[in-house]
Amino acid sequence: MTIPILKLHDTLLTSIQVELTDDDALEFQADVLDKIRTTEAEGLVIDITALEVVDSYLARILNDTATMAKLLGTETVICGMQPAVSLTLVEMGRQLIGVESALNLDQAMEKVEILLAERANGERGL
Amino acid sequence: MRELKTISISQDQDVVAARAASRELAKSLGFGAADQTRLATAVSELTRNILRYAKKGECHIEDETDDLRAGIRVVVEDQGPGIPDLDRAMEDGFTTGGGLGAGLPGTKRLVHDFDIQSRPGHTKISIRMFSKKRAAAPKALYAIAGRSR
Repeated sequence: MTIPILKLHDTLLTSIQVELTDDDALEFQADVLDKIRTTEAEGLVIDITALEVVDSYLARILNDTATMAKLLGTETVICGMQPAVSLTLVEMGRQLIGVESALNLDQAMEKVEILLAERANGERGL
Repeated sequence: MRELKTISISQDQDVVAARAASRELAKSLGFGAADQTRLATAVSELTRNILRYAKKGECHIEDETDDLRAGIRVVVEDQGPGIPDLDRAMEDGFTTGGGLGAGLPGTKRLVHDFDIQSRPGHTKISIRMFSKKRAAAPKALYAIAGRSR
C-alpha cells in the first residue's frame, strides 16, 4: 500500500484514501519523512477525509509523524477529520490529539502558509 | 441472540476486517455515524491488543437486537498470556505495548457496556452498544399509517 505524496510549491500534499493497516501506517510515516528529505519541503498537509477510524495507534502515528517532520523543519497540518472521528478521539483520551489541524484542504494550505510566515517572522526577530 | 460473524485475528489486515464488519452491522441496525465510529474504533483497539500481546485470537460479532432496542455485542478472546494487572491496565496512561495508554480505558468510554476477564491462557473482553430506539419499524406499519417510505 503506497500512498501518493505530491509536492505543491513548498508543501507536500498527501491524502489517505483507504483504511490503513498498522504496517501501512508505518510505511506511510517512513515515506513522508523520506519525501521531506528529498524535496526539502517546508510544509506537510495530510488529508484524512476518507478515514472512518482513527484509533489510538493511528493517532500516535499521525502525532509522531508531525513531530518528526517538525524536527526536520517541516510544519504539518492534518485536515478533513470526520466529526465522528474527532468525537471518538476526544472521548478516548485527550492525549491523542497534539497536531495542527484544519477543517478542509483549503484551510490546511492556508494554515501551513501562516505557520511558515510566523516562523519566518520569528527568524527575522519580528 | 445471533452470532453473525467470527473473524480470526492473526495479522493486521484482520484488525481492519473486524472493524469494517462491526461498523457494517452497526450501520445496518440503524446506529448513527458517531456510534458506528465508536464501535469500529473500540473493535480496532481490542483486536490490535490481541495481535500485540497474544499474537492470535478471535473476534465474534453478534446482533443482540430485541423488540425494544437495537444492540450489538462484540467479544474478543485469545489464549495469550493474559493481563497481569487488570486494575493498572484500566488506568489512563498505563501501557506496556508502546501505545499511548488510552487503549483499554479509552475503549471502555466508547461503549455502553464493557466486561473483561483475564487469566494466563485466556483473555475475554465483551463490549456492547445499544441504540435508544428501535432501528427500523416494519414497512407494514408505515403502510397502515398511509405513509410511504
